[in-house]
Amino acid sequence: MDNLLSIVTFIPALAALILALFLRGDDEAAARNAKWLAMIATSATFVVSLFILFQFDSSNTGFQMVEEASWVMGMQYKMGVDGISVLFVMLTTFMMPLVIAASWDVNTRVKEYMIAFLLLETLMLGVFMALDLVLFYVFFEAGLIPMFLIIGIWGGANRIYASYKFFLYTFLGSVLMLVAMVAMFVDAGTTDIPTLMTHSFGSENFSLLGIQVVGGLQTLMFLAFFASFAVKMPMWPVHTWLPDAHVQAPTAGSVVLAAILLKMGGYGFLRFSLPMFPVGAELMTPLILWMSAIAIVYTSLVALVQEDMKKLIAYSSVAHMGYVTMGIFAANQQGIDGAIFQMISHGFISGALFLCVGVIYDRMHTREIDAYGGLVTRMPAYALIFMFFTMANVGLPGTSGFVGEFLTLIGVFQVNTWVAAVATAGVILSAAYALWLYRRVVMGDLIKESLRTITDMSTRERAIFAPLVVMTLLLGVYPALVLDIIGPSVEALVSNYETALASAQDALQTAATN
Amino acid sequence: MIQADLNIILPEIVLSLFAIGALLGAVYTSKDKMGPVLVWATAAVFLALALWIGVSGEGTNAAFGGMFVDDAFSRFAKVAILLSSAAVLVMSQEYMQRKSLLRFEYPVLVALSVVGMMVMVSAGDLLTLYMGLELQSLALYVVASLRRDSARSTEAGLKYFVLGALSSGLLLYGASLTYGYAGTTLFSDIIQTATKGHISIGLLFGLVFIISGLAFKVSAVPFHMWTPDVYEGAPTPVTAFFATAPKIAAMGLFARVLHDAFGGAVSDWSQVIALLSLVSMFLGAFAAIGQTNIKRLMAFSSIAHMGYALMGLAAGTVLGVEAMLVYMAIYVTMNIGTFAFILSMEKDGQAVTDIGALNQYAKREPGKALAMLILLFSMAGVPPMVGFFGKLYVLRAAYEAGLAWLAVAGVIASVIGAYYYLRIVYYMYFGEEPDETLDKSNSPVLWGFLMASAAIMVLGLINLFGVEGAAAAAAATLVN
Repeated sequence: MDNLLSIVTFIPALAALILALFLRGDDEAAARNAKWLAMIATSATFVVSLFILFQFDSSNTGFQMVEEASWVMGMQYKMGVDGISVLFVMLTTFMMPLVIAASWDVNTRVKEYMIAFLLLETLMLGVFMALDLVLFYVFFEAGLIPMFLIIGIWGGANRIYASYKFFLYTFLGSVLMLVAMVAMFVDAGTTDIPTLMTHSFGSENFSLLGIQVVGGLQTLMFLAFFASFAVKMPMWPVHTWLPDAHVQAPTAGSVVLAAILLKMGGYGFLRFSLPMFPVGAELMTPLILWMSAIAIVYTSLVALVQEDMKKLIAYSSVAHMGYVTMGIFAANQQGIDGAIFQMISHGFISGALFLCVGVIYDRMHTREIDAYGGLVTRMPAYALIFMFFTMANVGLPGTSGFVGEFLTLIGVFQVNTWVAAVATAGVILSAAYALWLYRRVVMGDLIKESLRTITDMSTRERAIFAPLVVMTLLLGVYPALVLDIIGPSVEALVSNYETALASAQDALQTAATN
Repeated sequence: MIQADLNIILPEIVLSLFAIGALLGAVYTSKDKMGPVLVWATAAVFLALALWIGVSGEGTNAAFGGMFVDDAFSRFAKVAILLSSAAVLVMSQEYMQRKSLLRFEYPVLVALSVVGMMVMVSAGDLLTLYMGLELQSLALYVVASLRRDSARSTEAGLKYFVLGALSSGLLLYGASLTYGYAGTTLFSDIIQTATKGHISIGLLFGLVFIISGLAFKVSAVPFHMWTPDVYEGAPTPVTAFFATAPKIAAMGLFARVLHDAFGGAVSDWSQVIALLSLVSMFLGAFAAIGQTNIKRLMAFSSIAHMGYALMGLAAGTVLGVEAMLVYMAIYVTMNIGTFAFILSMEKDGQAVTDIGALNQYAKREPGKALAMLILLFSMAGVPPMVGFFGKLYVLRAAYEAGLAWLAVAGVIASVIGAYYYLRIVYYMYFGEEPDETLDKSNSPVLWGFLMASAAIMVLGLINLFGVEGAAAAAAATLVN
């Protein structure tokens, strides 16, 4: 199959189109059909995407299964995967059937709901596969539209504010990236990502409005991309949209947001920031490392005082993304391996945690921590699963959460010991808020009158969690599954980064001596 | 010789004869009863002319000693003008008839203003320019006050006329200064007076006045004051017309004057246009935030869009003109769809312009709401809608011409602008349950235009329907 990537990307969109054009009526039967079609489409996408994984040759560090076609303005429709992106593709296709299954109880505007999620899947897959700058941007930005609608239509009480904040915050972040992309297009004469990776952008200092810009064009471009990815990630201090969006989004929206959309930021750093602007990245590294360390400690502290479960988990996501940025900008094999691993594992764990909140929210329609307590007596299975993912979130050895945190800490330790020390303190804090949450919700006596009749998880709910438990454990005890695939590509990325830095420094020195 | 000249302006002659014939015919026969027939006939003539010009035109021909130029650029603009005018006429027929506004003068006046626009984009001389501009404007002043018994509509017409006269005065003053300092009114001679990329200070004065006059026509800030009032006061189909064809014509004329007559001194005018562009984008974005009337909102939206189109002109390069043309083509397509939607907003047969009336619209008419959603995101410049590619074009042109600051300002303005487009989406999809709902519109024409426009905004991302190539050819003939 020559068009494997396009097929995988557009199966969900095709299903959305079929839903939009051919599904009539809004009775129960139509809703059921919409759900089943979405389920079949996302499952089919997952099955077909397995072929990507089978065909993928991890020893090849270049792009594989590349497809090309010409497009407007001299740009190209170009798709491909390498060791860095292939697992994000798999994460997306893996999570989406679970997300649809978790939305089985949605009963307002079911057809539109499924269309939005299916389109979102296409756009997310496109982000991870696009090998053209503008194509990437199109997928990256277009994802805002379905997510805006998902939060705004199916969200909680304060959904309007959250949806606007989500849209405008991320839009503002990315338009600056658009200008930088235009600049790259003009400078390099192409929007082809593999070519741009080998193009060296100017790094001579120049002054802009009287301010000396060290690292020149590269620094400016790095900052423009950084604005976009840091918001998407999200990094402290531009993370404030995330708790709002998470709290107001429906459960499935939160899962997609935490498990996949946040990963676009990290992927962007690996795909663009490090390989294309090494000088800018190197200049900004100390700043970013410290921002990550602050994010880990500060947002963990904020998580401690939250009274809303989703908000707590949202802040914990910000903290965990702090490990990712830290690992990426450590710019060594362990750091980047750890960052990618952490992103994949966080996809499973945070997705599962939001699903856990969804399970009890569906029953009690509140996310207030105070409204719960002693659930273990009525919901033993739930208590077990919630416990497992709480531990994974803390980073207990044996779960995938541990591997990611540990690798990123090793990576950053070699670069900046102090940052590593501060970040390690964050591990303790994460144990504090996660265990305390668990204690307040699940343990203790069941004294709340309203909880007396709560029922344990249904078979459907158990079935949703099963694959997540398996993946979290599997990656926790055998991380090589991931590391073998990403290893060679990360190694190439790190060595290219170092070579580019060295040659840029040489060029500067020659310029200085002349 | 005269034979060859007449051949070149044959489309304009045909359209003028048609307008005069229609006028006489209607006056001597059944008057307003002829209205609907004339609307369809005029639209058909527009379509035929668009086809003729689009298919048969070749090369660059000058008539009357260079006063009238027929080249790829003018043909591109003319086809766009004719097609959008035809679309707006067809869209407006049912509405105008229902409101008993469909006087037979309406299609005739539109046809005459279109003749004016065609002359504008072909102008090769300051006099041709003025003639085309005035023919267009005079017809438009009357059309704006078409609803004679409405104070709003007559006020709109009067405001437009008074301010339009002022701008014509500025333009004429500029033209006379230009003539005084260049010694000629012919574009191809004026361009010779530039030396080493600059023009004399007197010419520069003339140029600035001409730019002011033209900026009024494209409603660029600070010459935009008339736009919201005229958009609001005029009958909605007329507003739709104002927002489309005259904007293309004025932008085309703008490009022609700047490149054909003053192309030797790009650096002299580029900064002026850049400034116009900057303030238009920001004012359009900010002022629309507080609007609850969708027609006023569209007025500010069009001001902002003109800002982006001017960004392409400010670049002063081939790519810049190409970007402007692509942007205008996309802008017009979006506006036709949006106005088709606005025309269908009615309650008990009365037109509604308050965006609050759209509350939960998506529940009742999911198809139309979705189409409008696509158009709104396209206008906001969010990919994958085609509106994004228009923005990408002008950004690239501006950046290549060293106007990186303008590009950065433009994208920031687009984020601010996104807010008010989102607000309409908010009403349609997330709003409260309304007390009274809008009528279920059953006009297949409006529905068709809305859907077609939305479909173009999505499908266009495949190859922009080839507009790119035509625009590139058009731009190449203009800039040399």
